[in-house]
Amino acid sequence: MIPAQFDYLAPTSVEEALAALAEHGDDAKILAGGQSLLPVLRLRLNAPEVVIDLGRIDSLRGVRDDGDAIVIGAMTPHSVVGSDPLVNEHAELLAKAIHDLADAQIRHRGTFGGALAHADPAGDLGAPAVALGSQFVIQGANGTRTVDAQEFFVDLFETAIGEDEILTEIRVPKHTGWGSHYEKFVRVAHQWSIVAVAAAVRSEGGTIAEARVGLTNMGNTPIRAHAVERALVGQPATEEAVAAAAAHATEGTNPPADLNGDADYRRHLAGVLTRRAVLAAAGA
Amino acid sequence: MTQLEDRPDVQPEIGRDRRRKEDQRLITGRTRWTDNITLPGMLHLAMVRSPFAHAKITSIDTEQAKASTNVVGVYTAADLGESQGVLINAWAITEDQKAPTHLPMPGDRVTFAGEIVAVVVARTQREARDAAELVDVEYEELPAVLDLKKAAADEVLAHPELGTNKSAFWKFDSEEAGTGGNVDAAIEKARTDGVVIEREYRQQRLIPAFMEPRSTVVDPTGEQITMWSATQIPHILRFALAATTGVPESKIRVIAPDVGGGFGGKLQTTPEEWLTFCLANKLGKSIKYTETRSESLVAAHHGRDQWQKLTLSAEKDGTVTGLKVELLADLGSYVSLVGGGVPVLGAFMFNAIYKFPAYQFNCQTVFTNKTWTDAYRGAGRPEATYGIERMMSELAAELDMDPIELREKNWIKHEEFPFTTVAGLEYDTGNYEAATAKALEMFGYDELRAEQKQRRDAGDRVQLGIGISTFTEMCGLAPSRVLGQLNYGAGGWEHASVRMLATGKVEVVTGASAHGQGHETAFSQIVADRLGVAFEDVEVLHGDTQIAHKGLDTYGSRSLVVGGEALVKATDKVIEKAKPVAAHLLEASVDDIEFSAGRFSVKGTDQGLAIGEIAAAVFAAHNYPEGMEPSLDSEATYDPVNFNYPHGTHLCAMEVDTETGAVKMRKYVCVDDIGNVINPLIVSGQVHGGLVQGIAQALWEEAVYDEAGTLVSGSFVDYLLPTSADTISFDIEHTTTPSITNTLGTKGVGEAGTIASTPAVVGSIVDAVRHLGVNDIQMPCTPERVWKAIQGAGDGGPATEGAAMPHFDPDEPGTDSTEGAGA
Repeated sequence: MIPAQFDYLAPTSVEEALAALAEHGDDAKILAGGQSLLPVLRLRLNAPEVVIDLGRIDSLRGVRDDGDAIVIGAMTPHSVVGSDPLVNEHAELLAKAIHDLADAQIRHRGTFGGALAHADPAGDLGAPAVALGSQFVIQGANGTRTVDAQEFFVDLFETAIGEDEILTEIRVPKHTGWGSHYEKFVRVAHQWSIVAVAAAVRSEGGTIAEARVGLTNMGNTPIRAHAVERALVGQPATEEAVAAAAAHATEGTNPPADLNGDADYRRHLAGVLTRRAVLAAAGA
Repeated sequence: MTQLEDRPDVQPEIGRDRRRKEDQRLITGRTRWTDNITLPGMLHLAMVRSPFAHAKITSIDTEQAKASTNVVGVYTAADLGESQGVLINAWAITEDQKAPTHLPMPGDRVTFAGEIVAVVVARTQREARDAAELVDVEYEELPAVLDLKKAAADEVLAHPELGTNKSAFWKFDSEEAGTGGNVDAAIEKARTDGVVIEREYRQQRLIPAFMEPRSTVVDPTGEQITMWSATQIPHILRFALAATTGVPESKIRVIAPDVGGGFGGKLQTTPEEWLTFCLANKLGKSIKYTETRSESLVAAHHGRDQWQKLTLSAEKDGTVTGLKVELLADLGSYVSLVGGGVPVLGAFMFNAIYKFPAYQFNCQTVFTNKTWTDAYRGAGRPEATYGIERMMSELAAELDMDPIELREKNWIKHEEFPFTTVAGLEYDTGNYEAATAKALEMFGYDELRAEQKQRRDAGDRVQLGIGISTFTEMCGLAPSRVLGQLNYGAGGWEHASVRMLATGKVEVVTGASAHGQGHETAFSQIVADRLGVAFEDVEVLHGDTQIAHKGLDTYGSRSLVVGGEALVKATDKVIEKAKPVAAHLLEASVDDIEFSAGRFSVKGTDQGLAIGEIAAAVFAAHNYPEGMEPSLDSEATYDPVNFNYPHGTHLCAMEVDTETGAVKMRKYVCVDDIGNVINPLIVSGQVHGGLVQGIAQALWEEAVYDEAGTLVSGSFVDYLLPTSADTISFDIEHTTTPSITNTLGTKGVGEAGTIASTPAVVGSIVDAVRHLGVNDIQMPCTPERVWKAIQGAGDGGPATEGAAMPHFDPDEPGTDSTEGAGA
């Protein structure tokens, strides 16, 4: 289907993009890969007058080392993030999640920041980003500000990014040497997660010293499973101990109900998948 | 069979895995898909569709839309009147069948969400769509009936003027037909001294989901009105247009150019075609309409959708004594082209490969306020095969018998063919023992059973199950006299002609219009062998009623077994016509002329002429026998003498994660007997695709409506189609028992995989968890349903909630000021 008519802008700098955003305000939508916006436009669920494509802003692409964190440009395609050596060394959980994300075309065209800013709770990047304590760098006319992951995701399709702002970078604290796993539950490979669990674990001997766990599609935003993380500390990476900790996975969740399952089923899955994700992350 | 026995250097074409000659243009899209056709000054349509399942149209305001940029006109039923024509039902299954008038665009009332209420004509597709959003329709909602069982209770009516939702009741009883005994007596007897299995199965509603959306272009300039349409049935379409619009058939030319899949979904005459035809004629301009995928899912016909109540009676040794079938079949809101007849095709297949002494089939077709249903790959036979194959495994479980052994006890033995079944069909050939033996060996049946037992004994989290489907089907639709007895509106013959060109090339014209199956390749192979010409020298023409003037199109796995036979007969006539010419030119007696490998020669000499040389001589016509027409061109119309009965044994091993309900296919083996194979590569493609489509019914696909009658699975986000990432590599093999009702000994393969696989897959899941108290899981077997069944919630359904995943929320806040991949 053909979208309603719109003007297309392709700024080459963040400043230029912000100026366009300031000028068009509500009438504008930002295009950051287009893997969700284009279907929305084609289905005529939204008809912005202006589409601002960030695809030509070189400064928004790439991954760099910044001391205790790695910094991922918002417009870096998933496939680039997933294969990046820095990401694989210091934030392997992201690479694992990207490996299972949608299909090859989407991983090639879609962008890391675009997916996070879209804030679909069934998207695969929110949970690992939240689990790793990522920070979101947002730029506006008055400069940049940094928002913690927990504050970034506000609600279904809603983030802390203001109407006149743009997400430019994601800072991911290094988790070098941590084991990680993304346990995704889907009926067909290209589907959005029904439920998924992102887990990163730092082990000392056979004991879990620290754990980070994030849940996909268990509420209106990606959820950090703090109770599970606390319960894992000091536990051996055994099926029994991890299962006991994973039983906390449903705390604070509010899962949706749709054709793939009701809320109770999703809660059940969250527990099972958390156990599996943590055990896999711990190499057990 | 072939003419090549004397020339071992020439490889026969039949049986060769030729790459498909049509694929380059089809795969690259550099071809005449209907939507690729652009004519000078062509206008475009956009449809305004009802969002309500059942509503009175109180007003339609088109003023704003008419004023929109480059809009030529906006039309409602009131504007078009009788000129829009009417859509036909070609198969009234009973004489008292109730059927509402099916207008392409109703004027007063809509009866399903997606029905067209107004149509916009504009200079571009986008402008038509822009204007369609400005058409203001006011509705008064009426109570809608959506649930099939509730519809049968007649509490809320889909069409109040009919006074009932019940369209037709169709029954077959073996005692009345003289083909078997009294089924009720058999069941009663089994209740006292045998065993009776009673189950109710749901055949969920499916959407054909062909790759190319439907598209129609009509050019009204010229003496003939030309319609291009992405259809399986150009000939039937032309007939129906003439019959319902008053335009003489001779003034209509229908072209199905390259068509991108159908699966029965394009075995239809559609409101969109009728409106495009009507408006092009009214405006005197060429018009195109191409549906969106969203429109295709909601408005192109759906398939399946039945409740099956089945009662199987047997003796305690496993000998089946009777089968009683009671079906409710959902027509949706209209009786479409052959929609009412689809479940009736199942009447002849519930008894499958078995020797049941008594059988009864009852089918009630019912209206609901949902998209109308019609043929979908297998059409009636998958539903029947699913029912009986599940039941046979249930009986085996009840008797604690091996399900293979139980089947063997009841099936027709190979030496018993030809065999007249309890449903009255005569199966010509088959060998169920051979196919099953081969499948069991390939599968490693005993080893997998041993592993299953081991996992059960150990209480493994992952359990293993084995599903079995020893299917047969009736295809090659169909002998015309049988269709007549069933009150079908047409015959089942097919037409072919062969044109010998002066340059030695051969044009083959077939009435079986392809939509992606590979007819051009397979038919070329047949003709190349029979005429002894090169594969590359054969051109297959089809799909244009001015070129292929006679035909009954493609459906029901009929192209090869009916269309191929017509082609054989036409080809043989060419050879017969060429013989006297050869004799004349070689100065020999006709009786001394032999034809072999494309060459006519004089017995006992080295004198001869190639068929191409004779074609050239006939074209020049300088020297040919007196009293003969100077032409080798020939045609044939073939009416099949019987249905065609492929069969096979399909075995599926499935791992079921009892903790989550997730299923993982471990192994799939099928050994199909489809008689002689023309092109093994095409056959493999048909089997693989067919299997996946049947597996998809078992695991993934379901058209779901919410309580308001809105199609919830209205996009591919929620209507789950598998990709290659979701399937395993299948082990496919064949046994060969040639059909004796066609010259080539072939059997249909287009629907076999789909018909066979669904019960094997569901059966494997049930088998994996039967020891946990499960004997059914409703399709599609979602992990949630499997898990709930294990938890003790019966068949796990209806567990699906009437809600889609909200990824394309129209009300998403503006704060997501960047966006990207959602997954």
